[in-house]
Amino acid sequence: MQGYLGVDVGSVSTNLVILDEVGQVVESVYVRTQGQPIVAVQEGLQQLEAGLNQAVDIIGVGTTGSARHLSGVIVGADIVKNEITAHAVAASQEVPGVQVVLEIGGQDSKIILLDNGVVVDFAMNTVCAAGTGSFLDHQSARLGIPIEDFGKHALKAEDGAMIAGRCSVFAESDMIHKQQVGYGLEDIVFGLCQALVRNYLNNLAKGKDIKTPIAFQGGVASNSGMKRAFEEALKEEIHVPKHHAVMGAIGAAILAKEEMLLDPRPTAFRGFATAKLDYRTASFACGGCENNCEIIKILVDDKVLARWGGRCGKWEVDHIRRQNLQPVGANCSTCEE
Amino acid sequence: MLTFPQMGNLERLLGDILERLEVEYMPPPKTTAKTLALGTKHAPEFSCLPLKINIGNFIEALDAGVDTLLMAGGKGPCRFGYYAELEERILKDAGYDFKMVTVEPPSMGFARFVGPIKRVSGKSTRQIWKILRASFPKCRGFDFLEKKALETRCFELKIGDTTKALKKAMDILSEANTPVEIKEAIDAGLNVIDSVPCDKDRLVLKVGFVGEFYILLEPFVNFDVEEWLGNRGVMVDRSVYITDWIGPSAKNPVAGTSDAELAEIAKPYLGHTVGGEGLPSIAHTMLYAREGFDGVIHMFPFTCMPDTIAKAILGRVGKDLDIPILHFTIDEQTGKAGVATRLEAFLDLLAGRRRALVN
Repeated sequence: MQGYLGVDVGSVSTNLVILDEVGQVVESVYVRTQGQPIVAVQEGLQQLEAGLNQAVDIIGVGTTGSARHLSGVIVGADIVKNEITAHAVAASQEVPGVQVVLEIGGQDSKIILLDNGVVVDFAMNTVCAAGTGSFLDHQSARLGIPIEDFGKHALKAEDGAMIAGRCSVFAESDMIHKQQVGYGLEDIVFGLCQALVRNYLNNLAKGKDIKTPIAFQGGVASNSGMKRAFEEALKEEIHVPKHHAVMGAIGAAILAKEEMLLDPRPTAFRGFATAKLDYRTASFACGGCENNCEIIKILVDDKVLARWGGRCGKWEVDHIRRQNLQPVGANCSTCEE
Repeated sequence: MLTFPQMGNLERLLGDILERLEVEYMPPPKTTAKTLALGTKHAPEFSCLPLKINIGNFIEALDAGVDTLLMAGGKGPCRFGYYAELEERILKDAGYDFKMVTVEPPSMGFARFVGPIKRVSGKSTRQIWKILRASFPKCRGFDFLEKKALETRCFELKIGDTTKALKKAMDILSEANTPVEIKEAIDAGLNVIDSVPCDKDRLVLKVGFVGEFYILLEPFVNFDVEEWLGNRGVMVDRSVYITDWIGPSAKNPVAGTSDAELAEIAKPYLGHTVGGEGLPSIAHTMLYAREGFDGVIHMFPFTCMPDTIAKAILGRVGKDLDIPILHFTIDEQTGKAGVATRLEAFLDLLAGRRRALVN
């Protein structure tokens, strides 16, 4: 069979999916990035290949996430897209008619508003940890409960403890205070979920029309306590898509499919065997002007695959794409009637 | 030896005026991460980014041997008006020895404008006036060349050609002195940019660029957003130009809309000035919406009051006039990757809207 590969390399997790030709998920994997994006992508590719019960001929590859350019070079991407667009595209497919996407990842969070499948507004938080998954990760470690069980505890709470969630440091001292005056574990756990939701809505959703259906995705959407906290805060039903943890990768694969239909060509995919190649990175200071930019090189067998990091573009291996304004399907061979 | 802050093409403009005034000068080294680090170290944390970079520029120039700093003054609710005073104190406290020359805008009294220039150059008021009148068309020429490059870059066949042509055009204009030479150099420069091989039929997104003056003009702090967008085939229209701002009139001939017209346009949302570029940011966004632009990018320094007010109001403007607006609050912590991700997503959003419109 033929399929499309989507790769989403974020700060905390690296996700890979294979979609079949109609966009159904064939296989997906979720591995921890642990600060080593290249290793994580290679690990993910191996797991992905091992999990397939039939050979899949990859005919398009998309990458997204904060390491989208790097992973694009490693796997050989046909399209490299930002994670906001990727999440929106995936949500449109997985939650028909979706109008709002709430996405909380490890170190960032976003809100995306759509109208008839077109993104009309978005906001992204990358500066405040109190609105992201790492905040819950950290607090669950403090409370001594695995993050996987967080939701279970939160659902048992009758009412959350009111915890100051504007700042992760204040939240922590407030949480300790609540423990010491005798609040139960469940109430504190759910209180943390509520604090995160409050912070998220204050940071990202202020002044935005929250219309239904609402999708909640990203790694944090696995936490049923968060779903409950969002539902109580917004007083609306929240959909958590089946593949919520790998939506970015699904989006990247869908975008790869669109790209290959729009501009048919052989894929740039370097094959599953790329997982076994020895990629190295090296850096040097340019010294060509006062900026003295640090340039990063990606090498395989001492051959330079890519370079970036400069302000002026002197070293960049060209990956600039012009914005394509052709209507989707304009050059598409399959939709010509 | 005199120096002044770096800001976009200010070096070319002021350089011309100072040469005509026969004042010895040396521009500060170009703004780099080191400049910013120096400025951040000495400036109060909650001052805005322009102050931090000014201080960094001045320190680098003082270390290179200048003894006189030229700075603009001003009045009004934006803090910029007392930056000259503040910078003088901060740098003297840091142990630097220099003379600060603060040129106030003519609206604060002609003597406070021309006096400091007289003292620095030894020229008479009449001579200074003549020099400014001779130099100003040239200064304005630089702005027109920049504007032309913004209109051209999105159509270029080979990425980078327009940027090279713009530099060449500016170099031509830099050499011109007499009124006739200046006029010819501007025409020649425009021609250089015009002859960049282009595909003028390509569909392009049109984005307006509004916000605080310094951030808009200085590529180092705005992440070179104009070139970034142009390289991706997006036409950018900037709402502010140097000579519109320092020019003796409020007509804004480069950007094309006078201050009085801007005030009239903004009236439904803001009936009075709020300092800085607060009101122009709103008025220009409204103009862009009326002219059918695809979107607006609004940039300003963190803690900038006027444009923080504008941001709050722009939320409603964007909704009412159905134009997407992307806001960036910039300080020394702002990361390039986060800006690029949002810009990429914004372009996808604009392209999606355009396609939906066509269908």
